[in-house]
Amino acid sequence: MRNAAFALILTAVAAVLFIALRWVNYSYAFVAGYAVLQFLVLGTGWNILGGYTGYVNFGVTAFFAIGAYTTVVLHKAAPFLPLPVMMLIGGTIAALAGLGTGYLTLRLRGVFFSIATLALAVVLQTLITNWDFVGGARGAYVIPPRTAPLIGGDYKQYLFLIMLITSIVVLVVARALERSTLGYGFAAIRDDEAAAEATGVPTLRLKLIATSLSGGFMGLAGAPMPYFMGYLNSTSTFDLNYAVNALAMPLIGGTSSWAGPVIGAALVGGLQEWLRVSNLQEWLHISIPSEANVLIVGVLMVTFVIAAPQGIVGLFRKKR
Amino acid sequence: MDVSLDLLLNAIISGLLLGGFYAAVSVGVGISFGLLDVVNIAHPAFILLGSYIANQANTRWGVDPILAAVIALPGFYALGTAVYQLYYVAFERRDDQALRGLSFFFGLLFIVEVALILVFGVDHQSVEAPYIGKSLDLGLVQLPFRLLVPFLVAMAMVIGLQMFLSRSFLGRAIQAVAQDQLALRLMAADPVRIKRIAFGLSIATASLAGAVLIIIQPVEPSIGREYIGRIFAICVLGGLGSFPGMVIAAMTLGIVESITATFFGPSWAPAVAFTVLLATLAVRPAGILGR
Amino acid sequence: MSTLLEVSGMGKRFGGFVALDLIDLNLPEGQRLGLIGPNGSGKSTFVNCVCGTLRNETGQVRFAGQRVDALSAHERTRLGMARSFQLPRPFASLSLAENLRVPILYAANTRAESRIAQAAIPARCQEMLSLVGLADKAERLPSDLTQIEMRKLELARAMASSPRLLIADESLAGLSHAEVDEILALLIRLNEQGITVIMIEHIMRAVLAFSQRLVVLVAGRKVADGDPKDVVRDPEVVRAYLGE
Repeated sequence: MRNAAFALILTAVAAVLFIALRWVNYSYAFVAGYAVLQFLVLGTGWNILGGYTGYVNFGVTAFFAIGAYTTVVLHKAAPFLPLPVMMLIGGTIAALAGLGTGYLTLRLRGVFFSIATLALAVVLQTLITNWDFVGGARGAYVIPPRTAPLIGGDYKQYLFLIMLITSIVVLVVARALERSTLGYGFAAIRDDEAAAEATGVPTLRLKLIATSLSGGFMGLAGAPMPYFMGYLNSTSTFDLNYAVNALAMPLIGGTSSWAGPVIGAALVGGLQEWLRVSNLQEWLHISIPSEANVLIVGVLMVTFVIAAPQGIVGLFRKKR
Repeated sequence: MDVSLDLLLNAIISGLLLGGFYAAVSVGVGISFGLLDVVNIAHPAFILLGSYIANQANTRWGVDPILAAVIALPGFYALGTAVYQLYYVAFERRDDQALRGLSFFFGLLFIVEVALILVFGVDHQSVEAPYIGKSLDLGLVQLPFRLLVPFLVAMAMVIGLQMFLSRSFLGRAIQAVAQDQLALRLMAADPVRIKRIAFGLSIATASLAGAVLIIIQPVEPSIGREYIGRIFAICVLGGLGSFPGMVIAAMTLGIVESITATFFGPSWAPAVAFTVLLATLAVRPAGILGR
Repeated sequence: MSTLLEVSGMGKRFGGFVALDLIDLNLPEGQRLGLIGPNGSGKSTFVNCVCGTLRNETGQVRFAGQRVDALSAHERTRLGMARSFQLPRPFASLSLAENLRVPILYAANTRAESRIAQAAIPARCQEMLSLVGLADKAERLPSDLTQIEMRKLELARAMASSPRLLIADESLAGLSHAEVDEILALLIRLNEQGITVIMIEHIMRAVLAFSQRLVVLVAGRKVADGDPKDVVRDPEVVRAYLGE
C-alpha cells in the first residue's frame, strides 16, 4: 500500500472518529483519548530510534519536557502564537537536543548512549527545577483559552484534534520509513552495526537522523501538555511513568512495525484507564492505589521482553 | 578567608568520606558492567532493597543496620544469581542484550521502585545506631561518624573484593571471563557459572551498600535514579575493569559534589554526577585508568 | 595496468602486541591475489585496516590513487572496496534478498556507473543470490541458513556493492570439493569482468588454483610476495607452516 493511500485511510478513520465523538459530546472520551494518543505519538517516536535502529533512549522525559516547557515559555513570552506553531517550535528544539546528545555519544557503544540519555533527563530536570521563569518545582499555571479555535466548543476537544492529526503524521512517517532506504539502513545498524558500516551505510549520520526524528516526535507529544493540564511542575513532567510507558508500548505491541506502538498504546492506555475507573476495586474488595496501575505496566513490559520479544505484532506475523 | 577555608576543608573531607561510600555503591556495577559487560542499571534498586531491609531490621528489632546487611548477604547473593540466570537465558544467549536486556533492567528498576512505594510509602526512612549523630573531632576538621563508619565499611568491602579478584582462583577466573571466554572454557571452567557467581557477588555488595546508604542519609524510593548517574559516572570515569580507577573516580566525584553542595546549594548536586558522566563520555570514554 | 590498492608501511598494535609490522603491498587493478599465513599472522587485521574497520597507526593506504586513511569504513566501501567477514555477520532480521538490498542502496547506488533503479533491485538481489546458489532461499531469514550458506551470503553481500576490489576472507571454509570449485569459478568470472580480488584462505588447492600472485604473512610481517609456484617453495614459508 502506498504511503499516500495509508495517509488517506488514517485521515478518514480519524475524521469519522472525531465527528462521532463530537456528536456524542462525551467529554471523558476526549480526555482519555488524548492520553492514549499522546502515548501513541511518544511510543512511535521512541520506536524510530529504539525498535528500528536498536538504540534505547531512557531519557524520554527529557524530550517530552522540552516540548512541554517550550510551550510554557512561549505561552508567557508570545501568547499570540497558535498552539500548532508552539508545537513545531518545541518539536524542533527537542530534535536538536536529540542531535546534540547523539553527537556527543553515538560514536560509542549503544549502552553508553542509553546511559547518557538517562543522564540528560536528570540534568534537564535539575535545570528546570531551578529555573524560576517556568515555575520550577513550584510549577506554572497555563490557562488555556476558553473556547477552541477553528472548531469551537470545549478546548480539550481541540487538543484531542491536534493530537489526532499529530498521530496521523507520525504514523505515516513511521510507516514510510520502514520500507524506505533509510529504514533499511536503520535495520542494518540495529542488526549489526559494524557490518552495516562495511556495506556502505553511513552509520553515524543515520543514527543522528534517527535520534533527531525520535526526539522531535517525543517533543511534539509533550508540547500540548501544559494546556491540557492547566498546570505544570517539574516533578510531574519528569515522571518516570512517561519513560516506562514510552518503552512499554512498543515493546509490548512490537518494535519492528508502526503498528506495534499503536497496539501497545491502545492496550496499555486502555488498561490503565480501565483500572482507574472500573469497578474492579469494589468487585475484588481491595483498594488499588494508583501506583499499582503503573506497576502493572512495568511488569507487563518485563514479561513481554522476556517471553515475547517480538511483541504482539510478532505473535501474529506469519513465519517467513 | 579563614571561615571559607574551614568550610572548604570540611567539604573536601566530607567529600572524601562520601567518595568512599560511593565506591561501595559502585563496586557492584564495577563487577557487573566492568567485568561481565552486563548493563545492570537496576543496581540502585537492589541497593534500596538493602536499605529498606536494614531499616526494617533496625526499627522492628533494633538490629544494627550493618549487621543486618551482613546477615542478608547470602540472600542477596542468591537473588543475584537468579537474576543473572534469567538474564542469560532470556537475552545473552539470544544476543539480544542491546535493546531488550537494557529494557529488562530498566523495567526491574521501575518495578522495584514502585513496589517499595506501595509497601513503604514515599516518606523518608532512616535508621538509628549509637554512632550516628556523633563526630570525631580533630580540631580543624570534624569527621561525622555517620560518614566515617560507612567509609570504613565501604573501603573494607572494596579492598576485600579486590583481593578476592586478584588472589583467589575464582576471582581470577572472573577476571579471565571478562577478557577471554574461550580460553576459560578450554580450562574446563564454565563461563556461565563463573559469570553467575560474579553477578551474585555484585548484587551481594548492594546489601552492604544499602545499609551504608541509609546510615548516611534517609532514603525514599525515588533516590535510586539519582544513583544511576553517580554509579555510571564513577565506573566510566574510573575506567571499566579497574577497581583502583573506580575508587579514585568515586573520591573525585564525592569531593566535587560536596563542594558544589556547600557553595551552591544541595539542589544542584544530582546534576553534578550526570554532567561529569556526559563530559567523560564526550571527551575520554576510556576513563582515567581504563583498559 | 594501474595500481588499485597501495599500502605502504602499515603498522598496527594492540597494546603491546604487534599485529602488523610495516606491511607494503602494491596491487595492480585486475589482479587475483592470494593472501595466506598461519592463524594469528595478521591477515584479518590487515583486511580490517585496509577497509577502515580498524585504524592503522602507521603507514598509508591509497585506493585508486586517493589516500583513504582518513575515510571511515562506509566511505571506503562507497569508493569500491568490499569485504566479506571471516565470521559471517548477516543482518539477522532481514531476509536474504533484503540483506543484499542494503549494499545496493548504500554502496552501489552512490556511484553513477553501478546505479540500479529501484524497480530493478529485487531482480538484482535474486541474480546475486543465484550466483552463490541461494536463490531459492531469498525470502528466508539468515537464522534458517547453515554456516556454509551464511558464508555464501557474506560473499554475495560483498559482491552486491558492485566493488572494484573484493576481499574474500575465508569464504571457502567448510565447503565441499564441488562447492569450492563453484565459488572459485564465480570469483574468477568476477575477476574477468574487471574486479580485483584478494582471497584469504587456508585451502591451499584453492589458493594455488586461483592466485596469480601470492603474499604470505607470518607474525605480522610479509615474508613472501610473488609467483605462487615460487612462494610455496620458499624455505621461510615452509618453515612458518611446518615449524622448524
